[in-house]
Amino acid sequence: MPLINLKNKKYMRKNYSKKYVLLCAFLMMSVIAFAQTGGIKGKVIDETNLALPGASVSIDGTTMGATTDANGNYNITGLKPGNYSITAKFLGYIAFQKNVTVGGNSVITVDFALKPQNTSLNEVVVVGYGTQKSKDLTGSIATVTAKDFNQGAVTTPEQLIQGKVAGVSIISNSGAPGSGSTIRIRGGASVNGSNAPLVILDGVPLAESKNPDGTVKISGISDPLSLINPNDIESFSILKDASAAAIYGNRASNGVIIITTKKGKSGKPVIDFSTQLSVSKLTKEAPVLSPSQYRAYINANDTTSDKRYVKLMGNANTDWQKEIYQTAISTDNNLSVSGTTGKLPYRVSVGYTDQNGILKTTSLQRYTGNINLSPSLFTDHLKINFNLKGVEAKQRFADEGGVIGSAVNFNPTVPVTSGDAAYAPYGGYWQWTDPNNTPSGLKGLAPRNPLAMLEQRDNRSTVYRTIASLAMDYKFHFFPDLHANVNLSYDGAKGTGHDVIQPDAATNYDILQDGTYHSGSNNQYKSTNQNKLFEGFLSYFKDIKSIKSHVDVIAGYSWQDFKDVNFNYLSHFSDGTVINTSLFNYPYFINEYQLTSLYGRLNYNYDQKYYLTASLRSDVSTKFAPGIRTGNFPAVALAWKINNEDFLKGNTTISTLKLRLEYGQTGNQEGINDYEYLSQYSLSTSTAQYQFGNTYYQLYRPGGYYPGRTWERTNSSNAGVDFGFLNDRITGSVDYYYRKTKNLLVLIGQPAGTNFSNQIVGNVGEMTDQGVEFNITGKIIDQQSISWTAGFNVTYNKNKITNLTTIPNPNYPGIQVGGISGGTGNFIQIDQPGYARNTFYDYQQVYGANGKPIDGVFVDQNGDGIINDKDRLHDHSPDPKAYFGLSSDFRYQKWNLGFVARASLGNYVYNNVASNTGVQRNFLNPIGIINNGSSSVLTSGLTGNSDKDVLSDYYVQNASFFRMDNVHLGYNFGKVFNGAGDLRISANVQNVFIITQYKGVDPEISNGLDNNFYPRPRTYVLGLNLSVK
Amino acid sequence: MKRNSLKILLVTATIGVGLISCNKNKILAPNYQVTSEKVYSTALGYKESLAKVYGSMALTGNQGPAGQGDVQGIDEGTSDFFRLLWYAQELPTDEAVIGWGDPGVPDFHAMSWSSGNVVMTGLYYRSMYQITLCNDFIRQSTDAEISKRGFSGADADNIRHYSAEARFLRAYQYSVMMDLFGNPPFVTDANAVGSIIPPQTDRKTLFNYIEGELKAIDPLLVKPKANEYGRADEAAAWALLARIYLNANVYTGTDRYTDAITYAKKVIETGGYTLIDKYDNLMTADNQNNSNEFILTINYNGAKTQGYGGTTFLTHAACGGSIPTTLFGVDSQWAGIRTTSSLVSLFPANTSDVFPNNGNPDTRAEFWTKGQNLAINDITSFNDGYAVTKFRNVNADGSPPSTTAFSDVDMPIFRLAEQYLIYAEAVTRGGTGGDAGTALGYINTLRKRAYSGSASGNITQDQLTTDFILDERGRELFWEGFRRTDLIRYGKFTTAAYLWPFKGGVKNGASVADYRNLYPIPDQDRAVNPNLKQNTGY
Repeated sequence: MPLINLKNKKYMRKNYSKKYVLLCAFLMMSVIAFAQTGGIKGKVIDETNLALPGASVSIDGTTMGATTDANGNYNITGLKPGNYSITAKFLGYIAFQKNVTVGGNSVITVDFALKPQNTSLNEVVVVGYGTQKSKDLTGSIATVTAKDFNQGAVTTPEQLIQGKVAGVSIISNSGAPGSGSTIRIRGGASVNGSNAPLVILDGVPLAESKNPDGTVKISGISDPLSLINPNDIESFSILKDASAAAIYGNRASNGVIIITTKKGKSGKPVIDFSTQLSVSKLTKEAPVLSPSQYRAYINANDTTSDKRYVKLMGNANTDWQKEIYQTAISTDNNLSVSGTTGKLPYRVSVGYTDQNGILKTTSLQRYTGNINLSPSLFTDHLKINFNLKGVEAKQRFADEGGVIGSAVNFNPTVPVTSGDAAYAPYGGYWQWTDPNNTPSGLKGLAPRNPLAMLEQRDNRSTVYRTIASLAMDYKFHFFPDLHANVNLSYDGAKGTGHDVIQPDAATNYDILQDGTYHSGSNNQYKSTNQNKLFEGFLSYFKDIKSIKSHVDVIAGYSWQDFKDVNFNYLSHFSDGTVINTSLFNYPYFINEYQLTSLYGRLNYNYDQKYYLTASLRSDVSTKFAPGIRTGNFPAVALAWKINNEDFLKGNTTISTLKLRLEYGQTGNQEGINDYEYLSQYSLSTSTAQYQFGNTYYQLYRPGGYYPGRTWERTNSSNAGVDFGFLNDRITGSVDYYYRKTKNLLVLIGQPAGTNFSNQIVGNVGEMTDQGVEFNITGKIIDQQSISWTAGFNVTYNKNKITNLTTIPNPNYPGIQVGGISGGTGNFIQIDQPGYARNTFYDYQQVYGANGKPIDGVFVDQNGDGIINDKDRLHDHSPDPKAYFGLSSDFRYQKWNLGFVARASLGNYVYNNVASNTGVQRNFLNPIGIINNGSSSVLTSGLTGNSDKDVLSDYYVQNASFFRMDNVHLGYNFGKVFNGAGDLRISANVQNVFIITQYKGVDPEISNGLDNNFYPRPRTYVLGLNLSVK
Repeated sequence: MKRNSLKILLVTATIGVGLISCNKNKILAPNYQVTSEKVYSTALGYKESLAKVYGSMALTGNQGPAGQGDVQGIDEGTSDFFRLLWYAQELPTDEAVIGWGDPGVPDFHAMSWSSGNVVMTGLYYRSMYQITLCNDFIRQSTDAEISKRGFSGADADNIRHYSAEARFLRAYQYSVMMDLFGNPPFVTDANAVGSIIPPQTDRKTLFNYIEGELKAIDPLLVKPKANEYGRADEAAAWALLARIYLNANVYTGTDRYTDAITYAKKVIETGGYTLIDKYDNLMTADNQNNSNEFILTINYNGAKTQGYGGTTFLTHAACGGSIPTTLFGVDSQWAGIRTTSSLVSLFPANTSDVFPNNGNPDTRAEFWTKGQNLAINDITSFNDGYAVTKFRNVNADGSPPSTTAFSDVDMPIFRLAEQYLIYAEAVTRGGTGGDAGTALGYINTLRKRAYSGSASGNITQDQLTTDFILDERGRELFWEGFRRTDLIRYGKFTTAAYLWPFKGGVKNGASVADYRNLYPIPDQDRAVNPNLKQNTGY
């Protein structure tokens, strides 16, 4: 064995080593063999006519063969004259067999052109704690690898797979730079706990990205996932059902996304460079009245005797939305070098993204660096995988909701700026003033000039994050079937920022504190996050040929610690005076919890026909009280690979057919605070003191607590079929799942007088989800120079809350959720047994004969003659009944053209822009100003005088849509620089068009509440990829 | 190699098992919170806990002005005790209308509230929250706890006083629950947190409990006017007794006017309180100077006690239309609350438009009329109905408050004038132990102050009728949170005996069903407390 040709070894792809070692041995033997005579040489190329280094070419029925070199050439010598059958193989490609005749003392040339395997079914899939061949999977696991990623300007990882996987809904949170996405796998399993899937990056389970209150854990960033450079990602594995996910125990109820980053490749260095230039534009303004419509409306509706509203109109014509948006130009550049130096495979990459938002002043600059080293030591007995990722992100934020809302609202007949001395104190921006009545001279409660809100505020953050992981896989010398793995990782982040509002900004002008007026503000923020992981597991693989069985078993232990520190700072007015609301009791808050787990899994298959997977994980979480910390999460799955039965063997029409049955339990402990099982007192802030005599005292408040709280538990069942037809040119799967979540983490009422909080997140109730997923991919055309692949997936999901009380109570009034603008403290959604989570809860509008709503008239549902909250109706759900993904990739010679589209059916959105601004009361505002607002006022005619108008079902609108997400066109120049480089250029359009009857700007809003949403731009991208060897 | 691997394995396994077992019981405690033992280990800790017991009437949570609310399920700014009490006591009456469409709010004036009304639910939970805090504090302040924690002397005496004050505040909140909801759940310090599903009490039993508690703590409280400003003393207990005795017939079916006289008299004669000179200055930013008239106040401060309820609400929401914000000492007009012509008609005609009472001979007629219509056509329009200038966040001398965003005005929940009115009404209704002449004297004392020291507003013995006292209560106490209780005592709240604009949601006023004399037990609590039966009619 020591004689193996290490030089060739680097051409091998991973998981091929065993075979290769054998092959080398055979090769050497063949060299040793004395027979002289003929040989075979040739070249192996791939579907794009590029050389395939490391492919094996063997003489069937013998032990002779060779491996291709860096240029794809092979050479087999020492063949006796005769007829041979020779086969070329390469991982991921279809083996190709040729029959040749070798003469004496001659060398014949036989070239091979290998085609990639049609499907991903033979690929190796990353599952929890290891990999599996996808054909051997028993669980519902989807994978997407780099070649299928969405193209174009993608700044956050999850957008790479948007629309690609059945059962996975990825909705970007907004059009803001670096904004993350709401990811739901099969709809999510909780009500008030987190519904976000667990994300595992190179074996490291990441911390939940948000705090229970919805704020992002790392200060100064919209979404921690945006700190991962998408260009470094090799593949996603999505564990959708419990049998696959249960190995992750009490964090797995919402599914698991495993992200694997790219590693060093064997061979001499390959330099990849890619650059993109993109231009983003607003697709649609929120529909408001044009200046002329506006004038007509105000003139027609001002019924005051002194025409006081008409008098407020000016002569300007300002499109406020045009003022706040811009055409944004962004670039994204990535450079990577990968190869093997000595025995050390490496990949080093750097990336720079400069993204500008279409809302003026918003931007993101991100620098990323990534080092991967994956050496093998002790003759492959010890494999090490070391990853170091570093990122610096600089982001500038705006008060998005405030600015966008103000641009909808602001009087279009006034100019943006004015030379009038009255506006000089506010930087020359036109503002609503009230000089005689207020010390600041500004009209109270009036909207502020939206452009001023952007330009007079500077909120910038800098975030650093480092993720280091070291994974060691040791194959025991004395017992090579047994591996020991140790993973160590550290994930540290620091976010800092400054939020400065200029002293002439109307939003913070002349604030009275302790008898003096102050303006502006200067705030600072900082947080640090440290997550540590130690993990060790043993794995054992064994093929027991005598009983046609294969067994693999793992058993392991993991410990994780999650620690966040939030620092408090004094805020100041521009003149340096401390703002008294910022005085703090503690310089920082530390939140920490730990998880320790034991887990094990058995995979067994008999004759590659019958498969069994069983797993168990036991978790201990310090988020819960001692005694109720431990949770055990078992799962079992069975699969029957029918196409390996004799009656289907060799059948090319039905080339794959596998039945899967799965059941498992998972848990959820995310989305809740770390310490609530403790009964603790906290001191109030310095602005919440109480006066006794002449002294003010801070208050010690006992906290609401729920000592019995523990993880919520989800029981999932799944039945699925994987199929492949026509030699797997058409492949797909269909799954049915049923999921029941018990001990829901849900906000529940506490009997008055029994707790220090009347509502608390407890463990009560049940919710079910059931659904069907279907996906199909077909190679419609599959020729050397022309090919067309198309994929389609559909997911149907139905969610229902079945109980929310300790003792099931059909009359439970539910908990109102979904806070909206308009009125104070209005909620438009409800969580109540019998209905889907976050069902809209509204008043049913009565319509007149002309089809228009009758102002302030609603259906008296209970017929008691009074319209009050007993007449609210459970309306639609914001979640779609079904959603679809459709993609196509067409290639003709060096061109390729593709698209990705998504559709959603039966999702409803509450149009808060229309309900809050599209009423007469907003235009002719009782506080004595005039506003613009949604043009829905012209069609609805609603006044907004009834408190129930804002809760009318008129504003709950069908938001079904079809969206063309991405169209891309690429041209592959092939060899450049005398064959040293490969060049590809591409053009993309993202967010191409959308078909919907929804009346607002964008129907795709994950929580169903459309209120001053940062619009998703349409983006045109020009990209260049250069690969140099 | 073999051995080393085995060793590594063994060590790893040991560490693993060790870590998992220690995490089974490991307590990771927050650095920003402390245990009850720590809080109650010092005299200051007791005081700061007492500050929470009181402060839950003035603040909505642990962070001013908002952010860490005490009561969930309602907008935090609205979850303030006095703001909610004011909604419940004033909006369904002739004294106030509100222009806002905030959830549940318009139902009050229309008298169409349901058991799901979020404002009423918020008030219920706010009162019960303070009761829960009181119970906890009382449990922490028993003699056993005091000695266990090593307090003696003045510290121990203080804690005993605090404990009696917590019992007073609990009795006060139960009196609010008795008045509004009649039959609330009942928990005391005998029931540890979370130990029971509270049973329901009934109005009569609750009356007896409150009466018993107030009498029991009388000797434990500090003497009248001897306590710190903002803390309850004996006079507060007497004043509350007088108040519940006056309404005893409503609560229990039995008149207790004689007892009302007894306790009103105690406050008036032995409390040492006097009226301040100018009614105009009652509700101003520096009204803590009025402590000779105020028996117990909810204390607000724009810099240190910030919230969106209480007098911050009363000063901002009353400001609208043509009222300059500087006159109210506020940063913005919330333009919400006005009054009806029924209240205005209780006063003589205005003689000018001088701020704050338009030259009205009765200076209590604090209304803003400029740009306002007396008659209400549209409740949502601020210009319909006179605005009220009674609550102003400026100092008596006109100088500005500490901030304009939040109010400095303290809210008296017991003041001497009410005791005069209780005395007079109880005497007029036939209670014994007092006399009609004294009653008339008290009424004329109030009127003389109102008429700027002139006797021109004085009335005669013949004019002193129960109906006159109802009107006088309207003039003296309007917007101070009494009106609904008064109208119920007079049988005028739901019936056709007295109609005011938009009573029952009808422009000229209409009667509503009598069951609306009580608010319903909120659905939210009935859903989780099976012991609670709904009040009749809901």
